Amino acid sequence: MSANGNRSGNGPAQEPVILMRDVHKAFGAKQVLRGVDLDVGQRESVVIIGGSGTGKSVTLKCILGLLEPDQGSIKVDGEEVVGLTGQARDRINAKFGMLFQGAALFDSLRIWENVAFGLIQGRGMARAEAKKIAIEKMGMVGLGKHVADLFPAELSAGMQKRCGLARAIAADPEIIFFDEPTTGLDPIMSDVINDLIVQSVRDVGCSALTITHDMASARRIADRVAMLYMGQIIWAGPVDQIDRSGNEYLDQFIHGRPEGPIQLQVRAL
Amino acid sequence: MNFVALIGRAFLGFLATAGRLVLFALAGVSHITRPPFYYRLIWRQMVDIGYYSLPVVGLTGLFAGMVLALQSYTGFARFSAEGAVATVVVLSMTRELGPVLAGLMVAGRIGASIAAEIGTMRVTEQIDALTTLATNPFKYLVAPRLFAGITMLPILVLVADIIGIFGGYVVSVYKLDFNAPNYLKRSWEFLEVVDVVSGLVKASVFGFLVTLMGCYQGYNSKRGAQGVGAATTNAVVSSSILILIFNYIITELFFSK
Repeated sequence: MSANGNRSGNGPAQEPVILMRDVHKAFGAKQVLRGVDLDVGQRESVVIIGGSGTGKSVTLKCILGLLEPDQGSIKVDGEEVVGLTGQARDRINAKFGMLFQGAALFDSLRIWENVAFGLIQGRGMARAEAKKIAIEKMGMVGLGKHVADLFPAELSAGMQKRCGLARAIAADPEIIFFDEPTTGLDPIMSDVINDLIVQSVRDVGCSALTITHDMASARRIADRVAMLYMGQIIWAGPVDQIDRSGNEYLDQFIHGRPEGPIQLQVRAL
Repeated sequence: MNFVALIGRAFLGFLATAGRLVLFALAGVSHITRPPFYYRLIWRQMVDIGYYSLPVVGLTGLFAGMVLALQSYTGFARFSAEGAVATVVVLSMTRELGPVLAGLMVAGRIGASIAAEIGTMRVTEQIDALTTLATNPFKYLVAPRLFAGITMLPILVLVADIIGIFGGYVVSVYKLDFNAPNYLKRSWEFLEVVDVVSGLVKASVFGFLVTLMGCYQGYNSKRGAQGVGAATTNAVVSSSILILIFNYIITELFFSK
């Protein structure tokens, strides 16, 4: 089953901003993606759920151009992006914002320089102007002016995530990607980050694609959910239907049951 | 059969690594010559590689020159040829010891630091973050370091040459009782432009090799902290070996008859 469809699950009303068809990716003999089909509509928030090692991160990296699919098509705003390199790839990536799992802030740069990085390096904006925008975006995610001149190592994990979020929205992207946005955070901070994601996506007016295995987070931020298992999307639909999907894989996953069709490959020591 | 297959596999692995390294080097060099140029980053690398390496390279040059004077005096005194000490010091420093010792010291200081920094950026997804921010990691990380290595090593070696020759002079004049004007005269007498130029060419090549191996190992670093540690070690070892190999090749090109 593909992850096509908008909130009502009947197919996108407008042309999707991201369209993946039959995407395959292997690492040596290990086949990770086995024909992923996924659409992300305009101003839609799609969450890909699935266990560890099912191919969520690889899917994201294929869209971002960090990995090259072995087969299949990925279109961004209707333009084929598989095989794009150099400036053509940079032009596509300029439409993206990305919040990494560990925030991936640049250690050697101050917080405001991290947030303004895409504006200064990617768009050639003057540093003074970029700093003004960076501080404004930091305000949107609850970071005060006083942290602007600190370095990432001086911030807590939660504040680093906020800073990563501010960097992701700094250049007003068309699409924001979130890689495990709540991993490693306490429940309260997770909820704060979830709210910030919902608010940021709404304020910026962009589309969002999130990968997570945190169901509370998925329920909070998703318009539509797609479940990835063994390198394929096995179920996709509106978030309010995940509890009555009738899909036993999805049921097992969202309820965290050890018994069911999904067998964890645990090797005895 | 298995043994032959093992050798074949190792050989193919070596060829694949060499091919990857050459492609990496070509990509890095091509980004040095194409805009946009990150002047701020280039300047920072030039200061880091050039200015901050001055103390360690200067000290190495000083003591190398001093030891050279002592040892060559001991040897030449047996043939009553003490007068050759000045010439030996100046030629050894400019042709060999200056570039090789400076190259090896910079390999330890800069090669390791580049591999650790870029390796950490790799395992913490900072390099992926660069790509998603529409910034080419080769242009942002690799090209400034290669450029700084190529341009700063010759300056460091020139300083090491001068300090090393000065060290030899101090030992010869104040410890071995050479006549100062005569020593200086003999130092200049046999020194040719090609002696200094060959040393500076070597320095530039060594600067390229050290920064290239640091960038390559860091960029391809894997498996967290352990991978970064391995990348750092590999960068220092591989650049040191390459320095010694290329030292021979360049010497052959300049001075073989």
